Amino acid sequence: MEFFERFAIPNPSFAIYASMVAAGITMIAIVAGLTYFKKWGYLWREWLTTVDHKRIGIMYLISALLMLFRGGVDAIMMRAQLAVPDNTLLDAQHYNEIFTTHGVVMILFMAMPFIMFFMNLVVPLQIGARDVAFPRLNALSFWLFFMGAMLFNISFMVGGSPDAGWTSYFPLADNEFSKSVGTNYYMIAIQIAGIGTLMTGINFITTILKMRAPGMKLMQMPMFTWSSLIANVIIVFAFPVLTVALAMGTMDRLFGTNFFTIDNGGMSMLWANIFWVWGHPEVYILILPAFGIYSEIFSTFSRRNLYGYKSMVWSMVLISLLSFLVWAHHFFTMGQGAFTNSIFSITTMAIAVPTGVKIFNWLLTLWKGKIEFTTPMLYAIMFIPLFTLGGVTGVMLAMSAADYQYHNTMFLVAHFHNVIIPGVVYAMLAGLTYYWPKMFGFMLNEKIGKWTVWTLSIGFVLAFMPMYITGLDGQARRLYTYSESTGFGPLNMVSFVGAAIMAVGFVLIVYNIYYSVRYASRDISADPWDARTLEWATHTPIPEYNFAITPEVKSSEAFWDSKKNGHVLFKGNYEKIHMPNNSGMPFVMSIIFFIWGFSLIFSLWIPAIVATLGIFACLTLRSFEKDHGHYISVKEIEDTESELRGA
Amino acid sequence: MDINHSLPLEYSTEENRLKIFGFWIFLGAEIMLFATLFAAYFTLYNRTAGGPDGAEIFQITPVFLETILLLTSSFTIGLGIHAMRLGRVKAMMGFFIVTLLLGLGFLSVEVFEFITYVHEGAGIQTSAFTSSLLATLGTHGAHVTLGFFWGLFILIQVKKRGLTPATANKSFIFSLYWHFLDVVWIFIFSFIYLKGMM
Repeated sequence: MEFFERFAIPNPSFAIYASMVAAGITMIAIVAGLTYFKKWGYLWREWLTTVDHKRIGIMYLISALLMLFRGGVDAIMMRAQLAVPDNTLLDAQHYNEIFTTHGVVMILFMAMPFIMFFMNLVVPLQIGARDVAFPRLNALSFWLFFMGAMLFNISFMVGGSPDAGWTSYFPLADNEFSKSVGTNYYMIAIQIAGIGTLMTGINFITTILKMRAPGMKLMQMPMFTWSSLIANVIIVFAFPVLTVALAMGTMDRLFGTNFFTIDNGGMSMLWANIFWVWGHPEVYILILPAFGIYSEIFSTFSRRNLYGYKSMVWSMVLISLLSFLVWAHHFFTMGQGAFTNSIFSITTMAIAVPTGVKIFNWLLTLWKGKIEFTTPMLYAIMFIPLFTLGGVTGVMLAMSAADYQYHNTMFLVAHFHNVIIPGVVYAMLAGLTYYWPKMFGFMLNEKIGKWTVWTLSIGFVLAFMPMYITGLDGQARRLYTYSESTGFGPLNMVSFVGAAIMAVGFVLIVYNIYYSVRYASRDISADPWDARTLEWATHTPIPEYNFAITPEVKSSEAFWDSKKNGHVLFKGNYEKIHMPNNSGMPFVMSIIFFIWGFSLIFSLWIPAIVATLGIFACLTLRSFEKDHGHYISVKEIEDTESELRGA
Repeated sequence: MDINHSLPLEYSTEENRLKIFGFWIFLGAEIMLFATLFAAYFTLYNRTAGGPDGAEIFQITPVFLETILLLTSSFTIGLGIHAMRLGRVKAMMGFFIVTLLLGLGFLSVEVFEFITYVHEGAGIQTSAFTSSLLATLGTHGAHVTLGFFWGLFILIQVKKRGLTPATANKSFIFSLYWHFLDVVWIFIFSFIYLKGMM
């Protein structure tokens, strides 16, 4: 029995046991459902082994939505705990665990896959490519991300959640102060997902630079593709830093090294520095593709081309460079001196300039446009004032002298939610509504969609604006309770009400999907929004090979030109198309990674070694494998095309 | 698969060109990985916590031997790729074998060096200095070990399948990797060993 004791949770509560039961029932229901409907073969052939970028995209989407609700439940629990002074809904330990998992889940397992979903679905279509450069690597990226996310998510049921914050600062994250295996979960689950993300970065840079449709110059790429390219460049340069940081943290905890320890010369500030050298660019990995989606939406629904295309591109390039030069602003108060702080203050404020350029470009796109208030456009319109507010408080925080007042208060929490929610989350929801018909052949209900935007926005303002005030009044973040005499009570209650309204907004999204699946018209064109870029030039549903004939491009709005200016996109005859084969290897290898991670977390050395050998065995098999893909014949293409055109 | 005969074999198909390009980007990521390790090392190298410092444990003989072995192997892999371009499979395989043997020699000396460090009381747990030193050297050594097996598998494939666009592509990419490890070693030699011995 002693062996199994390590898997027990150190701080059990009723809620955790209830989740265990719920998770168990869900698992049994999934297995039973798949067996009853005889869907195992379908699942394996069409999804688990797929290398199709569109299907991988949809799997990213499903994971992101699941994680959105997991992180959302964390958020509601925190707001409920803080709603009234001296609340006892959660104790300090549970609160610590919940704010840690909320941060990690929302950033790494919700926002990241959501962006990966858009990149996978949209980028190859926008550049007129058949797939990404390395389809199988793409599948491996997804499965590594997925297994990392699952590994992280079981932590609260097996062995205990991480509780040192999403930043996991040392020495708090050291064995001495974080005794449970929770922080091991943090170090290893993120490592596995991070390797997947790094491979995505390499894959998409190659895809975008090498696989564009003939005629598409760099400065003619649609803005979302540009933003993805830059985000992926940031990924390739930032994620290896995280890899090293997590490896060092793992070694400190498992092998007794002294990178971040207090004794034996270790330096805990090194962790903070390395973490944020990755962490700050990570913020821009999230926001730049979101900006790309807004750019597409603004120009589509203003019925005009994007204003200031070149300045949009250059501002993103500048943001990506500056993103690597601002990391120390996350710890102005930790004593690196006035000179260093001043430099990082200035670089931080400098980021506001290219970001401002983008805001003005969007506004000038709207100027004299024929604006159409669809749901995606409504999200985008909401984004501008709300995000700008977050940007302005960001400049406030960038002033290092003043930061001593804001540091570690709810003011900061309000600021980063103020940029992430209108900036990233709204873009994801807007993009989801925008691309939904392309994926599934019907539109989401516009009326419910607009209700959702308003519900979310009202909830958002109520939830986060009060935090600016309590933060300036001195309410510290990450504290599980406060006394009545602080006077923070009423405003925190307002925050809780706002959070509850936001929760209603997210439920509305689910209802909208349900409603639209049942009632929405299936009789829509392949271009329901009258859009401008190539992804709308192919059929719905999108055929496996994307485009029967590779499109030829002469401007950044090739599809619009073909609709309005007589540009001919598809010239020539059908030719046989080379496609990659499906493979179960990425899935199997990721499962071995999961076992490897789990064994390391619990210091089970023999399974860890066996799993390591298993990973190398997969690599070896892959090296010796001969796989030249397959061809789709002209006959098959003709059949598919005539069927899709007829429908 | 369209084979373009005007290009070298390793570049002759679209897939091959993508793979080489992608690998260059991967090497960019590797540069960041080692840059981070170096940054950590330079932050921690004088934090010896009473344990030995670089001057006490670094010895020129094994380090010099490692350098000679690895630099020579980088030269021989270059010759191997040159032979491949000329279509001389036997010469290519010969140079690959020499490269891998030199790599193995490098690894043996490195293992001996690590054992010596541990005997001298400079294990991975001793101090922040030894932790970051052994993590940096170990990451490079792990890369060489992986490269050894990877190169071996490619050698077997070249032997079994001859020079095809696929095997030529793999060999070429492997040579990029091997050269890269050599470049990293030059930094390790100059800024960890030589600087530490001064």
